[in-house]
Amino acid sequence: MVPVTTQVPELSGDELRRLYRLLTAVRQLDLAAVAWQRQGIIPGYAPELGQEAAQVGSAFAMDTSRDFIFPTYREMGTALTLGVDMVQYMATHQASWHGGLYDPVTTRLAPIQAVVGGSVLHAVGWAHGQRLAAQADATQADATAETAPPDGAPATATPSDGEPDAAPAAGLPAALTYFGDGASSQGDVHEAMNFAAVLKAPVVFFVQNNGWAISLPTEAQVAGGRVAARAAGYGMKSLTVDGNDVTAVVRATREALAHARAGHGPVLIEAMTYRRGPHSTSDDPGRYRTLDEERRDAGADPVALLAEQLLASGHADSDFLDAAQADALAAADTVRDGVQALRPRPGSEMFEFVFAESTQQLTDQASAWRKESEHD
Amino acid sequence: MQAALIRALTEIMEQNPRALILGEDVGRLGGVFRITDGLQQRFGADRVLDTPLAESGILGMSVGLAMAGFHPIPEVQFDGFAYPAVNQIVTQLARMNYRSRGTLPMPVTLRVPSFGGIRAPEHHGESLEALFAHVPGLKVVSPSNPHEAYHLLKYAAARPDPVIFMEPKSRYWQKGEVLPADGGSPLGSKVVRSGKHVTLIAWGAMVARCLQVAELAAEDGIEVEVLDLRWLKPIDAAGLAASVARTRRAVVVHEAPLTSGLGAEVAALVTERCFGTLRAPVERVTGFDVPYPSGDLEDEYIPNIDRILFGIQRVLEYRRG
Ligand SMILES: Cc1ncc(C[n+]2csc(CCOP(=O)(O)OP(=O)(O)O)c2C)c(N)n1
Repeated sequence: MVPVTTQVPELSGDELRRLYRLLTAVRQLDLAAVAWQRQGIIPGYAPELGQEAAQVGSAFAMDTSRDFIFPTYREMGTALTLGVDMVQYMATHQASWHGGLYDPVTTRLAPIQAVVGGSVLHAVGWAHGQRLAAQADATQADATAETAPPDGAPATATPSDGEPDAAPAAGLPAALTYFGDGASSQGDVHEAMNFAAVLKAPVVFFVQNNGWAISLPTEAQVAGGRVAARAAGYGMKSLTVDGNDVTAVVRATREALAHARAGHGPVLIEAMTYRRGPHSTSDDPGRYRTLDEERRDAGADPVALLAEQLLASGHADSDFLDAAQADALAAADTVRDGVQALRPRPGSEMFEFVFAESTQQLTDQASAWRKESEHD
Repeated sequence: MQAALIRALTEIMEQNPRALILGEDVGRLGGVFRITDGLQQRFGADRVLDTPLAESGILGMSVGLAMAGFHPIPEVQFDGFAYPAVNQIVTQLARMNYRSRGTLPMPVTLRVPSFGGIRAPEHHGESLEALFAHVPGLKVVSPSNPHEAYHLLKYAAARPDPVIFMEPKSRYWQKGEVLPADGGSPLGSKVVRSGKHVTLIAWGAMVARCLQVAELAAEDGIEVEVLDLRWLKPIDAAGLAASVARTRRAVVVHEAPLTSGLGAEVAALVTERCFGTLRAPVERVTGFDVPYPSGDLEDEYIPNIDRILFGIQRVLEYRRG
């Protein structure tokens, strides 16, 4: 693993305890969601057993007052860490609404994405937009300082010189985009890395290399074996971290964010994780690997690892760990109740959100549907 | 038309500080068709961005820019190169408003130099309107002359939804006046020539050809009405029906292949609304179900005056039974 620089401080006891609570909450909710699928409460789910530290750690490093996160379909831990309402999040797995019922703008989490690699380019566009906005602000501030612009003059940004000093003092807002080793084969991901590097966009590409893309192992998916190695080809900094170690993930993401915020461009983090269990609740991992292999290859359990670190450092005792576990179980039960209470969305919503400005055709189709169906 | 489009883009950029142009060679070069000529000098390299050569990248980035509150106006250099961007257009651009329950609208106007007629190599001339019109969440429009180009582009770029703006590249060098907006519905179709015997329905470059046909037909005493459909999604079904209700006969003309083309949609709409008054089935005069041919065969493929006249003859001579 590439070590994180010593400029990123070690985590405080308080941060470690908060991380443990989050990891435990994610672990329990994830296990619960698999059980709900078996019980018929939700039709399907994409588990993340073993990826909790990668998701919680990366999201923990984000500043949700200004950053924006672009997830895949497997980022429940990220969503939970950001404080997204878990019932609204689970609505996607409950088949209530594609992309989730939560508001992506206020939660800073883009809709759940089913297209592998689909949202990676959005992160670049969004991040480039932050750079442009910062430059426009700076230009405007300059202009007001010198001569006030004529009334009604549009705020136009001056051309970028591409230099890192384009970032404001507080740093640029950054985009964090998630994808897997499988997604790294998609053309969009390569286009995104190239665009981001050329434009010096403040993006952190966060690869969860969980060893598998459904049944295909990384060695058959990623030529050269490491996604991080590709960053060099794009002139981009990269970090490889132990994705089972949440403190390493937080510090790596903080380092990457500092780089991106300063206007130095994108960073790629490859978090080495292992997807324990199935790819989704309809997958059968027994067809492509044995349980023995899983036990051998998975590495340290992220939740157990942090528990050990907490106990060894004296930042927490076993009472704290037990309380976190009990709270996590209770929280998962609350989410289950909420998910069970979810009803199908009113059918009229099907027509409502197609366009911001709807069409006569859609209005006609909606009223025909209303007349000819029993729903309202 | 080129000048009208430049003027429209200039005004859009002046009036909307969040409007951004991005694409391959749109900046220093001013675009391969020079539709963004001079805009980078005027608005800077940040607002008229030369991107790397990757269409999916351009469209995916536009989605992200829209999420950040900008109004991107991406250009795809030639219609045939929109295919690499289709994933981002269809699975992302068209759906983000829906997926996000209206919280992430996509005010993105994608300019696509479209259709054939310039004897270009493969993929430099295609007719993708049916592909895009079929996708929920997209709107599609095509101007037929400089006046329409100016007004439709300005209107499209002010919309909160994704619009595919199909510029008929064979008409780029056509001269013509840009008049003030005529006050009609900006989403409507337009009768560009009145007649009582048959309605020719067309869009883009085919409108001018249909007007020529109407001139010739007039010499034989056939009064042809020409309807510029303008919007290919949503189609102005009422305007379409109003014209055909008057003439009782319709021929739809397009460059795209016949099968599952937009002509089928037009014919269905006309049939639904004018079945009782129609004197003949709606005729289609279109390209063939072949890949858009090379320059030498283009004239055989694109509906020409004779083929359109034959179409008119068929609806005029149609006898029931
Ligand atoms: C474009 C696309 N192709 C295929 C699929 C079906 N699919 C869903 S997940 C997946 C594997 C993805 O692997 P990876 O990116 O490593 O992520 P992981 O599921 O392991 O987290 C595939 C093939 C998809 N969702 N999108």
